[in-house]
Amino acid sequence: MSGRILRYSLAERVMHWAAAVVYLYVAATGLAFYSPHLYWIAAVLGGAPTSRFWHPWMGVAFCAAMAWMLRQWAGDMGITDADRKWAAAAARYIRNEDEGLPPVGRFNYGQKYFFWTMLWAAAVLLASGAVLWFPERIPWGLRGLREAAILLHVAAALVTVGAFLIHVYMGTAVVRGGFTSIVRGEVTAAWAEMHHRLWYDRVTGGESIAGPLDAADRTSGRTGA
Amino acid sequence: MSGALRIQKISGHAGPVPGAGTQRQERVAKLVDTTTCIGCKACEVACLEWNDLPFRETRFDNTYQTMPETAWNYWNLIQFREHTRADGSFEWLMRKDQCMHCADPGCLAACPADGAIVQYQNGIVDFQQEYCIGCQYCVTGCPFNIPKYNPQAQKMFKCTLCSDRVAQGLEPACIKSCPTGCLHFGTKEDMKTMAEARARQLREHSGLANAGVYDPAGVGGTGVIYVLHDVTHPEAYGGLPRDPRVPWTVRLWKGPLKWLGSLAMAGGLIGIAVHYLRFGPKQVPEPEEEAKR
Repeated sequence: MSGRILRYSLAERVMHWAAAVVYLYVAATGLAFYSPHLYWIAAVLGGAPTSRFWHPWMGVAFCAAMAWMLRQWAGDMGITDADRKWAAAAARYIRNEDEGLPPVGRFNYGQKYFFWTMLWAAAVLLASGAVLWFPERIPWGLRGLREAAILLHVAAALVTVGAFLIHVYMGTAVVRGGFTSIVRGEVTAAWAEMHHRLWYDRVTGGESIAGPLDAADRTSGRTGA
Repeated sequence: MSGALRIQKISGHAGPVPGAGTQRQERVAKLVDTTTCIGCKACEVACLEWNDLPFRETRFDNTYQTMPETAWNYWNLIQFREHTRADGSFEWLMRKDQCMHCADPGCLAACPADGAIVQYQNGIVDFQQEYCIGCQYCVTGCPFNIPKYNPQAQKMFKCTLCSDRVAQGLEPACIKSCPTGCLHFGTKEDMKTMAEARARQLREHSGLANAGVYDPAGVGGTGVIYVLHDVTHPEAYGGLPRDPRVPWTVRLWKGPLKWLGSLAMAGGLIGIAVHYLRFGPKQVPEPEEEAKR
């Protein structure tokens, strides 16, 4: 049996799924308010007034989860030279020609880009959402604020929907093992070596692993290396 | 004008509208002649009475105005302004402020809730609270600062143009109560003719060279039209906008951004499906092979 490496700690997994669940809720209810053709989603989720009541609160929860994520992963999410090399060859990654791709660390350029997209979008959604939550608090003379907010909110939300679709597709259908890793926390050594060579080298001390590992020693991120 | 009101426009609605073109119905309008209003507020009282609106505390800010602006349970408010004319003389401007019942209503455009805002074939724009979700987007859509939120009911309220009375062939309560005859109700066409005649009279016989009719084209014309002493300065009448329009951001959001966004989402899903069919998953070497290396 090949060695298994702890890729995501329990805290990271809880964090990820908290963000995922609340994102699904705000995205689904938001889409219901976005288009009359999707209004039925609100009915499925307990009715439109209920959806409208919870949407902003869940939005705040999503932003809290994103803040947690930022605190947890900020150190892992900086774009490095290795990422830039990888990004230049990203077309080959998309075509599944992974052999010979420049090695990357714990997260690849796409994952980092996704992280920062969601983070900045969350910031825009929070600011514009606060205005939309209490529009009557905005003085009439500053009504341009809510007119801007209404547009920014939907634009940022659409960006997150696009990013989210790609994220789910990559994490489940394309990169096999990715979904298991964010559920159970572990990946095989072969998986780590193939997808995140620099991280693999870091947590294994540069040696190929032939046997089971003490997971605690191999934890990455804040607790490891 | 009596009989059931047929709906010609519905907020947040996918699919056809029940009443479009099914009935021979005239557009209606209120005419407010600000030059003969004496600020008695009978219309304010009549509105509360007919609509059974609960009383609320008001804020006194040293004017004759009942409260600073209309409220969820105060749909009809006389805006008082002390105005100094160009020659230094003083006048009171009094304007009956309420929902304008725009032909092209920004509230309805902004509303995401199916059926919460409707426009009848006679032009009345009406809120249907049972379908309202309390999102307050109509606040942003309205260029006249009219829809107001009731935090207890979590619904929006505003003037109905007494659609219940109009449906029975009656004039709105405010019109009925006016002692000076500065308020009129009838077809939009008749009201427009009457207003223009009055404005002409003011220009020719009262020395009000700028007297005119306020029926802003930016929102397709309104179901409430004003005769103003000076139509070139509507702002003097308590913030009546010179050129009200549905905010362009609302137009962009409900127009191009809606279909572009939907197209992008559908395109993204199709792109993902095609990518998977073409390239499939990324294969990781089998763990056994890895172990042997």
